[in-house]
Amino acid sequence: MSDRPRILYCHCAYAHVVPKATKEAVLRGLTDAGVDFDAAPDLCEMAARRDPSLEKLVEREGEDSPCKIVACYPRAVKWLLHGAGVELPDDVEVLNMRTETPETILNDLLKDAETRGLQSTGVSDATTPDP
Amino acid sequence: MVKAATNPNLRVVLYEGEGSSTLDADQRFDAMQRLLESGYSVTRASGERPVSRGDDRAVAVLGRFDDPDQLDTGLEADAPVHIHDVTDRDTDTLLNTVESVNTQVAQHQTEYWKPWFPVIDFDRCTNCMQCLSFCLFDVYGVDDKQQIEVRNQDNCKTDCPACSRVCPEVAILFPKYRHGPINGDAVKTEDIEREKMKVDISSLLGGDIYAALKTRNAKFKSRFAKERDEDKALAERKKCLTKLAEQFDIPAEALEHLPTMSEIQAKAEAAAARTAEQQSSRTGDQN
Ligand code: SF4
Ligand code: SF4
Repeated sequence: MSDRPRILYCHCAYAHVVPKATKEAVLRGLTDAGVDFDAAPDLCEMAARRDPSLEKLVEREGEDSPCKIVACYPRAVKWLLHGAGVELPDDVEVLNMRTETPETILNDLLKDAETRGLQSTGVSDATTPDP
Repeated sequence: MVKAATNPNLRVVLYEGEGSSTLDADQRFDAMQRLLESGYSVTRASGERPVSRGDDRAVAVLGRFDDPDQLDTGLEADAPVHIHDVTDRDTDTLLNTVESVNTQVAQHQTEYWKPWFPVIDFDRCTNCMQCLSFCLFDVYGVDDKQQIEVRNQDNCKTDCPACSRVCPEVAILFPKYRHGPINGDAVKTEDIEREKMKVDISSLLGGDIYAALKTRNAKFKSRFAKERDEDKALAERKKCLTKLAEQFDIPAEALEHLPTMSEIQAKAEAAAARTAEQQSSRTGDQN
């Protein structure tokens, strides 16, 4: 059992709604920090296909902390998954790459990792997503 | 053939836990990015924190392993696990390894599809069925509880958010749309007012569809038939479509496929009949 939250990162393909620089900076920050996480190529497409792995990606099975999802607007993610038959637990946090900077997102995701002495990401705040 | 843009056959795990050496950060990033862009779901696992449990997809486990035959990743999977040591392999070779595992395990051929489809916010939806009446491609359906649902996502016309404009409750989202609130951003009071003003489906019909849905009596029908001036209605429809195209991002190709007045009316009547049926069965249940 772990008190560290699971992380699910969405790489949002086929549209430029999530700025490419933001996606890359978040992915870079996660890989540089050496944390464990799940990464989906496009949650929208998986939801449309009702991909059975979606349930496993967001479930909270014997874990102390809820999963954190890095994707887009929380309302979109919640109802997207609902349409695929997957209910997001209320305490799941959705971090929005359309509105937040990579630095804000990574600070949130890695706060527990950093206190445990993992590598700092060194991500700068140079990338500003769409307003 | 499954319409898919991501790979439904194989999960890839970059394993860096016990019994392995870590990849360097650049290689980890490069591998993750290339695999995601090739449509694979990828998990980085070392035991540092929980990751998702396996499902019935095959798993390709890649890493720099001390002894691949003795490796115990601790990962749960209900399907075959393919372990590949990628010590001294570059990202191209790693990707080729994954592709060859995928070829062995693939159950589905996939076809490119941009995932563009509506999503309903059920905190807002009132189940009025306007969207179902409007969409001619049967993207919408009704579930066994007579609740609206998005049923045939891949019938949706790419980049067309037209149905979100006919929803009186601003309950239809397209997560990949550029602007709020249709992209899932919070709905503000002014959005509701604006959306209501935008496209009144009745202007496409040349009549009041809300009334049509509520009072499908003979009197209404005869008045509708008498008063409808085809030329006037067509001109109105054209004006409305031009407005849709210019202001609301409706692609020309999708506009060509927008339903005709009689098609909308037929679908509205069918939806109204279903609603009436639902109401009468509810009343029956209560009695
Ligand atoms: S859930 Fe959001 S971030 Fe993910 S693919 Fe859909 S639109 Fe993109
Ligand atoms: S038009 Fe909007 S409120 Fe009416 S059923 Fe469709 S999604 Fe729900």
